[in-house]
Amino acid sequence: MFADVLIILVKVVLTLMWTLLLALFLTWVERKESAVMQDRIGANRASVFGLRLFGLFQPFADAIKMLFKEDFAPSFAQRTLHWLAPTFSFFFVAVTMVAVPFGDTVRLFGRRIPLQVVDLNAALLFVLAMLSLGIYGILVSGWASSNRFALIGSLRGAAQLISYEVALGLSLVGLVMVFPSLSLARIVEFQGGLLFGVLPKWGIFLQPLGFVVFYLAGMAETKRVPFDMPEGESEIIGFYTEYGGLKFGLFMFTDFLEVIVLSALATTLFFGGWQVPWLGDGGFAFPWGAGIKVAPWGVTVLRVLSFNLKVLFFCWLQILTRWTYPRFRYDQVMDLGWKVLVPLGAVNILATGLVLAAR
Amino acid sequence: MINAWKVLREIARGAAITSRHFFVNMTFHTLRLFGVKTKRRGAVTIQYPEVRKELSPRHRSLHRLRPREDGRPSCVACMLCVTVCPSECITVEAAEDPDPEVQKAPTRFIVDLSRCCFCGFCVEACPVDAIRMDTGEIRLAATERSALERPLDKP
Repeated sequence: MFADVLIILVKVVLTLMWTLLLALFLTWVERKESAVMQDRIGANRASVFGLRLFGLFQPFADAIKMLFKEDFAPSFAQRTLHWLAPTFSFFFVAVTMVAVPFGDTVRLFGRRIPLQVVDLNAALLFVLAMLSLGIYGILVSGWASSNRFALIGSLRGAAQLISYEVALGLSLVGLVMVFPSLSLARIVEFQGGLLFGVLPKWGIFLQPLGFVVFYLAGMAETKRVPFDMPEGESEIIGFYTEYGGLKFGLFMFTDFLEVIVLSALATTLFFGGWQVPWLGDGGFAFPWGAGIKVAPWGVTVLRVLSFNLKVLFFCWLQILTRWTYPRFRYDQVMDLGWKVLVPLGAVNILATGLVLAAR
Repeated sequence: MINAWKVLREIARGAAITSRHFFVNMTFHTLRLFGVKTKRRGAVTIQYPEVRKELSPRHRSLHRLRPREDGRPSCVACMLCVTVCPSECITVEAAEDPDPEVQKAPTRFIVDLSRCCFCGFCVEACPVDAIRMDTGEIRLAATERSALERPLDKP
């Protein structure tokens, strides 16, 4: 009993560490990747004892700066809510990582430990619910600021997120029809098989349209640039106008957490999670007959590595998207959500149903 | 719906351009990191304080007074630069010059860099080619205002 609690605690701490460190790392990646894309160099001056490491200390310098700023709330703001809002939006995004499987099970001291904090049987619903609750962070921040522009920004954000929640939900229905489970661990296990004896049976090959809808709706959920209605720097300043210092930092951090959560979800649902193509428990078994034996610990390491690489790839892709496309106008965002993604999601469900019925 | 394909094509082209830049630049960054000599660099950035860009010979930088052969400034305190200066940043106080051919010389020649807009009119106006802006000194920041009032007649 005590050991179980301890294991869960360790897993929670490790997951949180992984998420927060990756988010911190992403703030650096964002600056560097955008710089390389634009033929620049990017932040490279932060140093510890003259050691620069390509500016890898920049996130820590930023964090220290934010920590030591004054914790300011305007006199007209509603203090409690003003303080709660960033916490809301941070918590509800961070907590989704609990349901994501990082790898297969490990055998340690005669126990089988799944590399996942909790294997919820309705994990998909849990994740969607938590992402929806994240809207409260935005709404409350706009309301508590007692600032009209912040309120407009937060209402825009809420409208956008609620619209795209529909498309996000619809895109996942097809996936649940193909892999009949709501548990993320089970969905990843289903993706271990082979399609036509050659391709790994990943969600992307079974649900290509579903993935497109999911990815676009997910990008809108992160409310970063092509879909940055709640911020709208050029027109309405956004829902965190009245925030500064650490509280503002928490909002910014939440954006990066959402990037990670979307990457982790895209990996888990559509790209086989921790599955490595053609890698079984005993080793690789290639479709052309060859095979390589891999020790059990090697399999575990490969699988965790595969999950991490896929997540990093999607983080990279999202940052590339963010620095490539200009932002949408508000009505264009709504058009894309309701007139394109929701019908596409419905078509995807219909097509999946037809294929499943015809089989 | 016909436009949808065009839109998608443009979206794909945009991503192709930015990712091409990313991968090409990353290749050059990586090659240089491992000491491989390459024709071009991964970035166009000049790391300013350590690396300096060669200034154009026509670049207008900090002013100087051209000295005569005996070391005194060649300014004759005619006040033309003071008159022409649009930011009114030049202060000249004239005194009699010991040389009867010259008649006047400045006792003080001060350029207020906090007002100067580096237009170069003073250089154009000077009849004896005394003031020039060719020192190449572009780091003119100071922590006090008084440090920005540069006396040019003192060497």
